[in-house]
Amino acid sequence: MTPEMLVSIFMTLVAASTPLLLAALGELVVEKSGVLNLGVEGMMLCGAVAGFAVAFSSGSVGLGLLAAIAAGVATAMIFAVLTLSLTANQVATGLALTIFGIGTSSLIGAGFVGRTIERLGPVFPAGLSEHPLLKAIFGHDIVVYLSLALVLAVSLFLRRSRPGLILRAVGENAASAHAIGYPVLAIRYAAVAFGGALAGLGGAYFSLALTPMWADRLTAGRGWIALALVVFAAWRPGRLLLGAYLFGAVMTLELQAKAAGVTWLAPEFLAMTPYLATIAVLTMMSLGRRTGRPDAPACLGKPFSAS
Amino acid sequence: MLEWRRRREPSSAMLWLSPVIAIALTMLLGMIVFTAMGYDGFHGVESIFLRPFLEPQRWADLGVKAAPLVMIALGLAIGFRANVWNIGAEGQYIMGAIAGTGVALATYEMTGWWILPAMALAGVLGGMAWAAIPALLRVRLQVSEILTSLMLTYVAVQVLYFLVRGPWKDPDGFNFPQTRMFTADQTLPAMMEGSLVHLGIPVALLIALVAWLVLERTTAGYAVKVVGLAPAAARHGGFSAGTVTWATLLASGGLAGLAGLFEAAGPFGQLTPQFPVGYGFTAIIVAFLGRLHPLGIVLGGIVLAATYVGGEIAQSTVRLPQAATGMFQALLLFMLLATDVLVKYRIVWKARAA
Repeated sequence: MTPEMLVSIFMTLVAASTPLLLAALGELVVEKSGVLNLGVEGMMLCGAVAGFAVAFSSGSVGLGLLAAIAAGVATAMIFAVLTLSLTANQVATGLALTIFGIGTSSLIGAGFVGRTIERLGPVFPAGLSEHPLLKAIFGHDIVVYLSLALVLAVSLFLRRSRPGLILRAVGENAASAHAIGYPVLAIRYAAVAFGGALAGLGGAYFSLALTPMWADRLTAGRGWIALALVVFAAWRPGRLLLGAYLFGAVMTLELQAKAAGVTWLAPEFLAMTPYLATIAVLTMMSLGRRTGRPDAPACLGKPFSAS
Repeated sequence: MLEWRRRREPSSAMLWLSPVIAIALTMLLGMIVFTAMGYDGFHGVESIFLRPFLEPQRWADLGVKAAPLVMIALGLAIGFRANVWNIGAEGQYIMGAIAGTGVALATYEMTGWWILPAMALAGVLGGMAWAAIPALLRVRLQVSEILTSLMLTYVAVQVLYFLVRGPWKDPDGFNFPQTRMFTADQTLPAMMEGSLVHLGIPVALLIALVAWLVLERTTAGYAVKVVGLAPAAARHGGFSAGTVTWATLLASGGLAGLAGLFEAAGPFGQLTPQFPVGYGFTAIIVAFLGRLHPLGIVLGGIVLAATYVGGEIAQSTVRLPQAATGMFQALLLFMLLATDVLVKYRIVWKARAA
């Protein structure tokens, strides 16, 4: 295998990993604040369709990305109002958000099926971004670099900053944090909004960068895999990066096998690998951690009301 | 100004009234949203929600679509009561249909009354087997059943695609990706001559009755409730959370599997790639609309069936895309969850202090 081929496989891997990384990173922050939002898939789909619709109508992929972030935040706010202000069950509301995202995106997207746009291009000039070897570093689009910077930023925020410490306190013991005087609900609202923004952006990566077109259920369950990744990462951003790229590798393998015309394994079995890998990873995580689940924030999924 | 006050005890009137309020709010919101999207919102909602009930010729279709929803939702509700979140009913539904179809293809050249019951049994076992995987992982290794059951749905869809495109493809089917049509002995008998109404409808009602008796009148039903509401108390009371997890997942998997088989041996009469229509996910809404109560679920199943039947009507009357049905169903679940607050809280009018 030539270095050029390796570079090209690496490019596919990075592209496949980026939306997972974004969505999972957002959910990690949400869960660190003690909220379990199972609606990642729904927020991703809303981001994907909003991003495509705006990019197609305006001709600007950048505006599409911004619209996707806005759509992600907007859907996340439905979840926040229901679970935080009205103390609805988080699991049920998250599921509702996914069902809503599938329906809404398909309804809005109906008018855009079959249309294409110019995909999100690399940041650096062609001399660097199209160089057969250097493109491994310089050939990516803005969202890829942003996702990597965000991993660092979230990691520093959670470990080194005061607001990050407060967010973790809210997730570990909401009642105590409230007693000390921190606005638990406001912090959780902010975390859920951040999660929505990243899920929306991750979703738009499908419709604006990976396959610059709209198709129903474009994200194909990646939002759920992102949720599993947070567990895999034991709620640590660094491990999340590793996990997302590992899953990206699994998906790249599937694409490579398909492209190479593997005949001894039916394509359907290749298509199930990411989902089986998710189950395998969750199982292995559990085997490696025999004592309950000390990694998860203590208040994860529990509603909080001040009164 | 308005203020929320926590009730001392959950309001039982609101427990049953809030789904009705939620339905009313959903209709209103649906009108606004559809109008905002450039459709005839009023007639859209009228088509989706009222016409299926007002036009007697739709009632058969309503029953046919409600039956699988009720069957799946009954199983899910038992689990939800115990805080066991099986959200992969769609996968168990597909696996039930696949297992039953396996029996149908094996008995293709045979006749006999026993074939259909054998298919139904295979359907139940297929659904149970698929639900046993998340049960095992949750009980033995504390792996979240939410994620595993959902992942297995995607796997089940691929298994279905593989079978209908490969080994199970109808040899006389002009290369279409579908199985043989089932024979008369492999198809659910129609309840009335020349109508769509099949055996699945009375079976669903019967299961609802049994589920109601088990949940409300037996120790097993009580164990499910206690494990869900107070896990610590359950341990003291000698109820095993592991057993309840196994039992609820197997029950919901089995019921979803049976529903899948009925759908395959009823309306479809074969397996095709179009077989999964999302009943497994819609049943989650049915379970909540029915307040996790078997009799409520029967009503909830009919309401959600109406959105399917009405969604088809709305496609022709106001050209509302099929996806609108899904969005409408999600709005309903949002409104249900939102109006739930009325059960726990009451609104009081308080004069602003000067």
